[in-house]
Amino acid sequence: MTVTETAESAVRSALEVDRVESHLNPPASYDLADHPVPTGREEVWRFTPLKRLRGLLDGEASAATLTRETTLPAGVTLSEISADEAVALGELGPNDRPAALAAANAGGALLLDVPAEAVVAEPIVIRLTGESVDDLVWGRLLYRIGAHAEVTIVLVHTGSVRYSALSTFLVGDGAKVNVLSLQDWADDAVHLGRDAIRVGRDAFVKHTSISFGGDLVRMHANVEYAGPGGEAELLGLYFADEGQHLEHRLFADHNAPKTKSHVVYKGALQGKGAHTVWIGNVLIRKIAEGIETYEENRNLVLTDGCQADSVPNLEIETGEIEGAGHASATARFDDEQLFYLRSRGISEKEAQRLVVHGFFNDLIRKVGIPSIEEQLLETVEAELAKNVLKVSADVEGA
Amino acid sequence: MSTLEIKDLKVQVQTEDGPKEILKGVTLTIKDGETHAIMGPNGSGKSTLAYSVAGHPRYEITGGTVTLDGVDVLTMSVDERARAGLFLAMQYPVEVPGVSVSNFLRTAKTAIGGEAPKLRTWVKDVNGALDRMNLDATFSQRSVNEGFSGGEKKRHEIAQLELLDPKVAILDETDSGLDIDALKVVSEGVNRFRERDGKGVLLITHYTRILRYIKPDHVHVFVAGRVAESGGPELAEELEANGYERFLAAVPSGV
Ligand SMILES: Nc1ncnc2c1ncn2[C@@H]1O[C@H](COP(=O)(O)OP(=O)(O)OP(=O)(O)O)[C@@H](O)[C@H]1O
Ligand SMILES: [Mg+2]
Repeated sequence: MTVTETAESAVRSALEVDRVESHLNPPASYDLADHPVPTGREEVWRFTPLKRLRGLLDGEASAATLTRETTLPAGVTLSEISADEAVALGELGPNDRPAALAAANAGGALLLDVPAEAVVAEPIVIRLTGESVDDLVWGRLLYRIGAHAEVTIVLVHTGSVRYSALSTFLVGDGAKVNVLSLQDWADDAVHLGRDAIRVGRDAFVKHTSISFGGDLVRMHANVEYAGPGGEAELLGLYFADEGQHLEHRLFADHNAPKTKSHVVYKGALQGKGAHTVWIGNVLIRKIAEGIETYEENRNLVLTDGCQADSVPNLEIETGEIEGAGHASATARFDDEQLFYLRSRGISEKEAQRLVVHGFFNDLIRKVGIPSIEEQLLETVEAELAKNVLKVSADVEGA
Repeated sequence: MSTLEIKDLKVQVQTEDGPKEILKGVTLTIKDGETHAIMGPNGSGKSTLAYSVAGHPRYEITGGTVTLDGVDVLTMSVDERARAGLFLAMQYPVEVPGVSVSNFLRTAKTAIGGEAPKLRTWVKDVNGALDRMNLDATFSQRSVNEGFSGGEKKRHEIAQLELLDPKVAILDETDSGLDIDALKVVSEGVNRFRERDGKGVLLITHYTRILRYIKPDHVHVFVAGRVAESGGPELAEELEANGYERFLAAVPSGV
């Protein structure tokens, strides 16, 4: 699995200017005028097929909604709040047009409240289901996790819709939060999601984004820190089939000293026109001394006709860092691995399945939500079954 | 019964400068229950022979035949060959990240046996085979060959030999990189396999020390893509004393 291994810790030289904003992520603003309709040439839009966004760049408020089913353990509350209240609570503002539209069009916001020091063993599960791709839905969610609380939040997206959502996670000091967002949409869904996380002092946040379904899925996971000692682990897994566009954009903004970010995203691609994009932006501000960051993206290309774009970006404004590194690799099946397995009697398809399982296995284990792990393994299995069938059809047709 | 018959096998690989012939007509028959040792200098084509019999796609067969109990092996896929009873212990076993040894072994055993092994006895069998190779039980939860030391990889190959129980085993320098204790452990494993009914072994090595533990019936000197001379165990002793000089001299230069 070493086709284009880029050099680890290829670090850009420190810049003299103390910029407040970074070119890696446009500044937050609720004002739509600050987010003009993109042409597709912008750095942040150049990988995304704009035509397939279908109304999410200029759409209006709508009455359509996602069906919501929630499992709320005792002590956790979910309520509707106004847009003004969301802002007053410290919502992290939208950085792009679809997110700004979500803020403008969603009406109010949904607030999930986990009180300080609540230790919630059972995962909070929010299932959002779309009715039809004719629906245009705007989402606005705020998660407030009190200091020293411990909680797991699982979001499951299924069905069909065109959906843009602005989500903010305000994580209190010393809290431990595990968030998983599963995009398991039907084939025609379009989903633009912006998750922004503010990590409290000495808090730990694990955020996992998993994308299997949808015609076009573009997810942001942004992290910033409210104080020193915060730690973020950003994980991701995606499996793109024929014609699917799955894009994951990460931004770790080290705006406080002694903070950590650790990013691992893995993806598999199969079928004509399967396209994945991974952008890993890390900014280490001048103030952010003694931080550690590592980001990694690996892609496994299972068939011809797929494209995996992978762009790590490390922007460093201080020389006083503990460690910074990145790795990005895109590879096909390793012939030697397949030969080894097959030389033990294992059929070619079974060998491919083992290798893909192996590829995702350690990541799935890291998610740390046992009730979900099994389901993820099964979904990977189901995705693979498509490929396996396809391969044999190709062989017969050849 | 198990007879591996290699007749006039010719093999080439594709290189940047076009095809390159590596095996230039290898003939070798391993009869029921026999152990053959192949010794030869670096680059003479020993691994090429092993890989070609196992069906590695890099090696292109340009002539000759290979049969196992009279059945053509060369038309079979890699996994069909294994299911037919061939086993290759590799010189450089491959790492398969994320796939546990236990999952790998069970999948392989199921493929070869045609049905899943009985869980209770299987776990015992696996632990026993690992234990006999001085690999503790934690190895079954580790990823295949990942982070294994050179010696551990070789012992893992022999544990597989015991569990998968092929008809004919080709051991490509299984003894290289083993310390004295590991060499004994591995030899005992191979000997246990040989004690089973009618098993054939083709043992590729550079060193006579392993032949003190695993006594071959025949020894072949392999030079420049063919068998230069065959004999009994005494041939190995001669090689130990005099090296390959006598055989290399007979080969035209430039090969
Ligand atoms: N893909 C290849 N391209 C070019 N030459 C190759 C290729 N594969 C094998 N060879 C050459 O074929 C020859 C035989 O290699 P092989 O690995 O079979 O030797 P060997 O007898 O096993 O050697 P050793 O004792 O070092 O293991 C070598 O000269 C090797 O460089
Ligand atoms: Mg060799």
